[in-house]
Amino acid sequence: MTSIITRRRFNFGAGASAAALPFTAGRALAQAPLGVGFIYVGPVGDHGWTWTHDQGRLAVEKEFGAKVKTSFIEKVAEGPDAARAIRQLAQANNQIIFTTSFGFMNPTIQVAKQFPKLFFEHATGYQRADNVATYNARFYEGRAVIGTIAGHMSKSGQAGYIASFPIPEVVMGINAFHLAAKKVNPNFRTKVIWASTWYDPAKEADAAKALIDQGCDIITQHTDSAAALQAAEQRGVFAFGQASDMKAFAPKAHLSAIIDDWSGYYVKRVREAMDGTWKTGDVWGGIKDGMVKIAPYNDAVTPAARAAADAVQKGIVDGTLHPFTGELKDQKGVVRLKAGEKASDELMSKMDWYVDGVQA
Amino acid sequence: MLYASPLIAVGLTMLIGTFVFTAMGYDGLHAVRDIFLTPFLEPQRWPDLGVKAAPLVMIALGLAIGFRANVWNIGAEGQYVMGAIAGTGVALATHGLTGWWILPAMALAGVIGGMAWAAIPAFLRVKLQVSEILTSLMLTYVAVQALYYLVRGPWKDPDGFNFPQTKMFSAAQTLPAMAEGSLVHLGIPVALVIALVAWLVMEKTTAGYAVKVVGLAPAAARHGGFSADKVTWASLLAGGGLAGLAGLFEAAGPFGQLTPQFPTGYGFTAIIVAFLGRLNPLGIVFGGVVLAGTYVGGEIAQTTVRLPQAATGMFQALLLFVLLATDVLVRYRIGWKARAA
Repeated sequence: MTSIITRRRFNFGAGASAAALPFTAGRALAQAPLGVGFIYVGPVGDHGWTWTHDQGRLAVEKEFGAKVKTSFIEKVAEGPDAARAIRQLAQANNQIIFTTSFGFMNPTIQVAKQFPKLFFEHATGYQRADNVATYNARFYEGRAVIGTIAGHMSKSGQAGYIASFPIPEVVMGINAFHLAAKKVNPNFRTKVIWASTWYDPAKEADAAKALIDQGCDIITQHTDSAAALQAAEQRGVFAFGQASDMKAFAPKAHLSAIIDDWSGYYVKRVREAMDGTWKTGDVWGGIKDGMVKIAPYNDAVTPAARAAADAVQKGIVDGTLHPFTGELKDQKGVVRLKAGEKASDELMSKMDWYVDGVQA
Repeated sequence: MLYASPLIAVGLTMLIGTFVFTAMGYDGLHAVRDIFLTPFLEPQRWPDLGVKAAPLVMIALGLAIGFRANVWNIGAEGQYVMGAIAGTGVALATHGLTGWWILPAMALAGVIGGMAWAAIPAFLRVKLQVSEILTSLMLTYVAVQALYYLVRGPWKDPDGFNFPQTKMFSAAQTLPAMAEGSLVHLGIPVALVIALVAWLVMEKTTAGYAVKVVGLAPAAARHGGFSADKVTWASLLAGGGLAGLAGLFEAAGPFGQLTPQFPTGYGFTAIIVAFLGRLNPLGIVFGGVVLAGTYVGGEIAQTTVRLPQAATGMFQALLLFVLLATDVLVRYRIGWKARAA
């Protein structure tokens, strides 16, 4: 029974995608809700990366109501399991599928080949196809803002950075944070611990404690849970939220947070899939586009720090400030950007070197 | 009756799962149907089942030999990783070459890698009476760290944007698909052949008999001239070799490379498979398919009834628990004893 129903649904899905083409616009088929699928790397309840993507999914539901039917698969391992999960969504009558972690890149491309009529959207990757678009946010802009706050608020002049994997995305964040802090305090140091995971609250908390023991009084992270913030709260040091406002987890430690907001992008792309105007492409939006936001500052943030952080935000929005502006030397002293030169998107998206002063 | 208990256990797990998830506010009946039945009723899911079941079956076959002989190899996950590492070493050394011999050489390296990793607990148990439960388990973590080191250091893909992963294997180093564009790779039929061979060895040869006697009655085995040490060595090497081969098949099949996400817990889940299959090679094929179904079905249930991902693990653990409980109840009768005055 089940197989027949699903098969029929599957054919129906193929029909609906054909209906998206102008010359076959069917009356009855247009009534069917558009299937929108999401693949998450963490659990929805991580209150970080995956949670913000799920907020985007809910925004799509709110915008389109009965005209869409969303579904998701959470905690999908990066590797062959991802291909199976994506295929599962593709076969379950989803017209557009968002895969929301870097490690889903190869599986997304692979499955997209098998379903040329469906639309795929891969977050943070660099491989595209006719039916695979990529999108990402300029998190480094947010890093520059919180780095500025860190420079002002750290007494020891040392920040601890809990990182996941040394891919350009993460390296870029570390560098942007450190450069901003160093502008405030030239002797600033950023210590990095690799957690080798996107989400593992126990490991993240251990890393935070180790960094605090080494004298770091500011903790920031490129992993998805609030565990490091809780550790910071316990030990009486400051920290920043990741991907969402995590103030509830650490009311005293939480200085601010970089908030990811995917809602606008998801609503736009789903609307395009409905109208039949969806095209592949690559979007890299920042503070200006509303994809990256800065959470309200904690009361503990000093007036000087607030003013400096606001100035950085404003400079990024009006284009007068680029977080990566030369002269920039890497750890080995090699000049990567000449004086006054601003980093191109290409240079940033391949960044595999650390700026001077980062201990990674 | 003992052969019926896995079926009873599956049934009871479905029943308990229905109640638990209904009590939690989900559509429990629908959830259980999607986890245990839907993957088997939808032909488009079958290739996924095969891909997931093949490594579980292969590892469980090896483990079952040891479990029959009272040799408790808990570290199949480590042997699985080591097999993949050894095979990948061959793959990286032969990158750019072509030839029919490359894949068999990788498979051989996989078997040897797994065996070598299992030989350490075998040696320690035979020579120093160290419990293989502890040593094999601890060596799992060593193997995983070795993998992390390699994919981050010497074996890191130069074109991988610094992501910790090896190069993708070439066509000559990848398991062929059984049909054009199909997910079903060579490892799946190979797993079935190995199950058949394991069944023949265990049921029809003196070696298989020796393993069983050593496990059931060590004293009788000594009297009968069967060497417990030899059986320990043989069963750990068989377990390690098969886990290593499964690891290589996974690396050269679905993954196509090594990444830090490579260890997915097959070595541990295979323990459930071995017991669900009554330590019988043919039963293990059944057990592997049921467990594979819970993975695939767990994802289906996430999309249909929004069951959390953790439910998959819960069902697998519940299955083992209920199975062991039914075994006890099939073997023993609960009696009420009047307390002596």
